[in-house]
Amino acid sequence: MSAIEPLMLDGIPRVVVQGITGREASFWTERMIACGTPVVAGVVPGKAGQQAHGIPVYDSVAAACRRHAVDLAVLFVPPRVAKAAALDAIRAGVRQVVVLVEHIPIHDMMEVFAEAEERGARVLGGNSPGLVVPGRYFVGILPAWEPTIFRPGSVGVVSRSGSLGTLVSVNLARTGLGQSAFVGIGGDPIVGTTFRDVLEMFERDPRTEAVALLGELGGALEEQAAEYVARMTKPVVAFIAGQTAPAGTRMGHAGAIVAGSAGTAASKMAVLREAGARIADVPSQVSEILADVLCYR
Amino acid sequence: MFLEEHLGKNLLREARLRVPRGGVARSAIEAGALAQQLGGAVVVKAQVKAGRRGKAGGVVPADSPDEAARHAARLIEGGLEGLAVECVLVEEKCTIDRELYVAITHDPLAKTPVVLLSAAGGIHIEELHAAAPGQVLREHVDIRRGLDAEAAAHLVGRLAVAPSPAGALASTLTALYSLYRTLDAELLEINPLAVCGDTLVALDCKLIVDDSAVSRQPALPPPVATGTPLERRARIEGLVYIELDGNVGVLANGAGLTMATMDAVNYYGGRPANFMEIGGDAYRKAEPALSIVLANPRVRSLLVNLCGAFARTDVIVEGVLAAWETLRPTVPVAFSIHGTGEAQAIELVRSRLQIEPFDLMDDAVRAAIQMAGRQ
Repeated sequence: MSAIEPLMLDGIPRVVVQGITGREASFWTERMIACGTPVVAGVVPGKAGQQAHGIPVYDSVAAACRRHAVDLAVLFVPPRVAKAAALDAIRAGVRQVVVLVEHIPIHDMMEVFAEAEERGARVLGGNSPGLVVPGRYFVGILPAWEPTIFRPGSVGVVSRSGSLGTLVSVNLARTGLGQSAFVGIGGDPIVGTTFRDVLEMFERDPRTEAVALLGELGGALEEQAAEYVARMTKPVVAFIAGQTAPAGTRMGHAGAIVAGSAGTAASKMAVLREAGARIADVPSQVSEILADVLCYR
Repeated sequence: MFLEEHLGKNLLREARLRVPRGGVARSAIEAGALAQQLGGAVVVKAQVKAGRRGKAGGVVPADSPDEAARHAARLIEGGLEGLAVECVLVEEKCTIDRELYVAITHDPLAKTPVVLLSAAGGIHIEELHAAAPGQVLREHVDIRRGLDAEAAAHLVGRLAVAPSPAGALASTLTALYSLYRTLDAELLEINPLAVCGDTLVALDCKLIVDDSAVSRQPALPPPVATGTPLERRARIEGLVYIELDGNVGVLANGAGLTMATMDAVNYYGGRPANFMEIGGDAYRKAEPALSIVLANPRVRSLLVNLCGAFARTDVIVEGVLAAWETLRPTVPVAFSIHGTGEAQAIELVRSRLQIEPFDLMDDAVRAAIQMAGRQ
């Protein structure tokens, strides 16, 4: 097993867009290019030889990789073909795969994760909103071109949700703190890159001075992150959505046994607080607390 | 998709796993007749889509057909902890030597399937696990290889007291794992798996099929409509809507922001009237979503809190305005709009509703709570 590739917070990845000719893919590919992201190829099975936004289209990532150097593949494909598309990218040797697609069956994603782990590839998502390194590049479905939302700065933002993460980014831009990077890990029950993975990247990243962690009830990723928060040198401010969401016992005993916790917003806030993170009650407090912590304003 | 116990057990039976003899009753008379056929001593089990049923009194033994009919009548007429009980499962009472616990689900940290096995099953499994975590064994499975006989035997071998015959348990585990894979299950939990002499019998079955995979599972029964009339209407529209008992109607985009908006309503002293998700592709469904939110008679004010990432706020606001102009509601509304498409979205609200959206989400939340109180 090789070491898993980190996300590129420093350099700029050369990108292949899978499903480049779709409606949403067209909208977002244009914006990625406008923000300076080097999109070198597109992939749509059966459309090899065509062009989209002036970019050559191939049948497979493997074919694209024979003509271009590719660092990152981003998936804009229907959920039923997402597994095949992700495996195509991983087997072609692409080391970072960003899965924006939602509603991919969990079993399909577990096959993707097994293959990715074996080959040392980093998967972000599924159901990820993507990532933004303001002023450098962005990959995904985020309003990265809006200077009132994303501007180069000192806070690393890691969020399950695109909408909540964007709202906190608006506040960070207003406060003047800005973002060193925004990473959307995705809202699916299992995701390829966890809060903890991203915290490790932020701890190493020289431009990140503090971290905003935006979690949600359910699962165990916030609890896992807390273990690492306790050892970090950089301050972490967290907000956990779902404090008032109706409680469910849907996943039965097994969910709680595997997670090792109840997975409620309150239990996540408690373990993060114990680990030294500061906890925001509402999203607007995240940037306020960060401004205090960083003695900014 | 949560399958009721009797539907899950049908699938177990088809996979040649042992379940108690029994049948479904929709009335006290049917329950009594079933108990008679099964020889008198039975267990009556409420069929609900929820866990912790045993602790809530939804599983009751009966020594005679009359007693079975009485329990069935109580459960079907009275429901279980606020949940409607449409039918009960009446099953033969088994002579149990021991109860085991088996579950197969995904481990979000290992990112693989995991098989859980414990020599002590029953409704106190979580307490047992909390007190002595080593009692629940785990076996992570490489999904590309599956759980083979060797791995299953190895897991069974780790039990402090191996049930006899151990071979039967190992083959039950591999059969359950194949069912988990075939059905795209999120969870397949057998608690308890009873040792009855030399056979293993699944006394309960909790099966949740991944909603994202239901479309490729043609063998599943059609989903049963549940919830309030508005919740059913939302499901038909492809929206996730949960009615709550507050009076501030909430429309936001994305599950994360929607939950955060509800949290903020609560934090500032109000009570949300609903959860309504218009995330992902559903952002184009703001019109039916708002119609449903406003149809709840408890709603005294409306809070529209948008922050566009993938979802374009101008598209959402077009849907909001379409619903608003059709329904002409009298409830006051507060808007806060940020993110993708915000300039056009804010302009639409100003020009069509003559309302100025709040610049800060918190101000919009406080205004909506205040207006709900005044109504």
